[in-house]
Amino acid sequence: MKKVAIVGVGQTKFGKRSDASIREIAFEAFKEAVEDAGIMRGEIEASVICSATHYDKQRTPAGVVAEYLGLNPQPTFNVEAVCASSGVGVRNAWALISSGLHDIVAVVGFQKMTELRSDEVQEVMGRSGDVMWESPFGPTMPAYFAMYANAHMHKYGTKEEQLAKVAVKNHFYGAKNPKAMFQKEIAVGDVLKSRPIASPLKQFDCCANSDGAACLILASEEKARKITDTPVWIAGLGLGSSPMTLTGRGTDLTSFGCAVEASRQAYKMAGITPIDIDVAEVHDCFTITEIINYEDLGFCQRGQGSKLIEEGQTYIDGKIPVNVDGGLLAKGHPVGATGASQIRTLVQQLRGEAGETQVL
Amino acid sequence: MSFGKFGKVSYVAETKLQDFMKCLEQGKIMGSKCKNCNRVYFPPRIDCDCMMGEPEWIELKGDCKLVTFTVVHFAPASFKGDVPYALGVAQFEEGPMVFASFSKEIRLEDIMIGMQLRLVPLKLEGDKIVYELRKP
Repeated sequence: MKKVAIVGVGQTKFGKRSDASIREIAFEAFKEAVEDAGIMRGEIEASVICSATHYDKQRTPAGVVAEYLGLNPQPTFNVEAVCASSGVGVRNAWALISSGLHDIVAVVGFQKMTELRSDEVQEVMGRSGDVMWESPFGPTMPAYFAMYANAHMHKYGTKEEQLAKVAVKNHFYGAKNPKAMFQKEIAVGDVLKSRPIASPLKQFDCCANSDGAACLILASEEKARKITDTPVWIAGLGLGSSPMTLTGRGTDLTSFGCAVEASRQAYKMAGITPIDIDVAEVHDCFTITEIINYEDLGFCQRGQGSKLIEEGQTYIDGKIPVNVDGGLLAKGHPVGATGASQIRTLVQQLRGEAGETQVL
Repeated sequence: MSFGKFGKVSYVAETKLQDFMKCLEQGKIMGSKCKNCNRVYFPPRIDCDCMMGEPEWIELKGDCKLVTFTVVHFAPASFKGDVPYALGVAQFEEGPMVFASFSKEIRLEDIMIGMQLRLVPLKLEGDKIVYELRKP
């Protein structure tokens, strides 16, 4: 397999973007990434357009986005894997390049969640689980993760204050990220006092619906070395899956099997272990998710995720800095853009361009 | 009764599992069992993972133990009037698991992981039917 590098990154401001359509936010991120890479648009041989399409008014959004970005007649297609959409998009682009099919591919993730009326969001929300056996009972995304939180608290003694500390850390870094949705620090008390959503999760334990786009330009080794002096090589990647239904996941609801599997593959491919990681981006859609990710990715022992945040070990001066761009909790979570945005943050870290949040 | 009558809001009416609803109306919680590998499923499945067997219906006693739960305060549109309500995942004595809401007879503050519960059918307004978790 040929080596693949990330040679350009771009991202819009995340938040409520009532000033722009999906094609326009996609363009903002794309333009920034193309300029960052210093390539001509015509050099891009394919585009991978990523979104959770149930939030889109536009059907087949890859069509309008690729047209607006000026990427016809090159191949384009949509990748949908809900919150993992543009992460999976990167894997597809990597496969297109490492196989030798293409040399330069653009991955564009976007979402405009505030475009839907609140009743439309509620309707989408009602169908977030298995519509046959779970949706008839009225679950929501926060409710599913809240069930993991209660199971984790029961098994390991994790406390609501420790969950709150994840939100405090991520808002601390969100306040330093000019592209974050929320740029204000919060305290543990603010989280604990925020309104209940699905016990034990409260408003500040949950990320917010958001608009935004992010773009990555990937290139083959030959091209990457010509394009830039600072290519960021993809050393390892992995992808896994878990049963969709909660009842299909067994009785120990304190770990995400898909994350364990994906990270196992990525570590193996890169030939490293968790201790070698200097900085990480994980999916903190809810505070409990970040704590479970610490454990699933091997940053600490099982059940010790709460201790890791309690001791501040996931801050920049800790053992393993996590989500120092504000994470989904403060940066915002425009579903289809999130994976590409997380990878953009890591590219900036590896290039030494992260400014005040640079991990040394 | 069609599967489209399952629960307060249902999205799926057409399935090979219509007999599940007939039994639920008669007060029975049915799972499926593969005649080839004997695996018991709840929710029931027509198609076994072993890809070899025919399913048969088996009645579950309904006795189960709570694996985890949450109390929902922010609900999908059709459930807004019901908040706060509790949802749980429980494991049947026979092995499989079930996702369901709690009966209003159980106080929210009394819900605890590990508690014994019983899954029972419940008739709803508008000729609908569902099951819920109750005290044994």
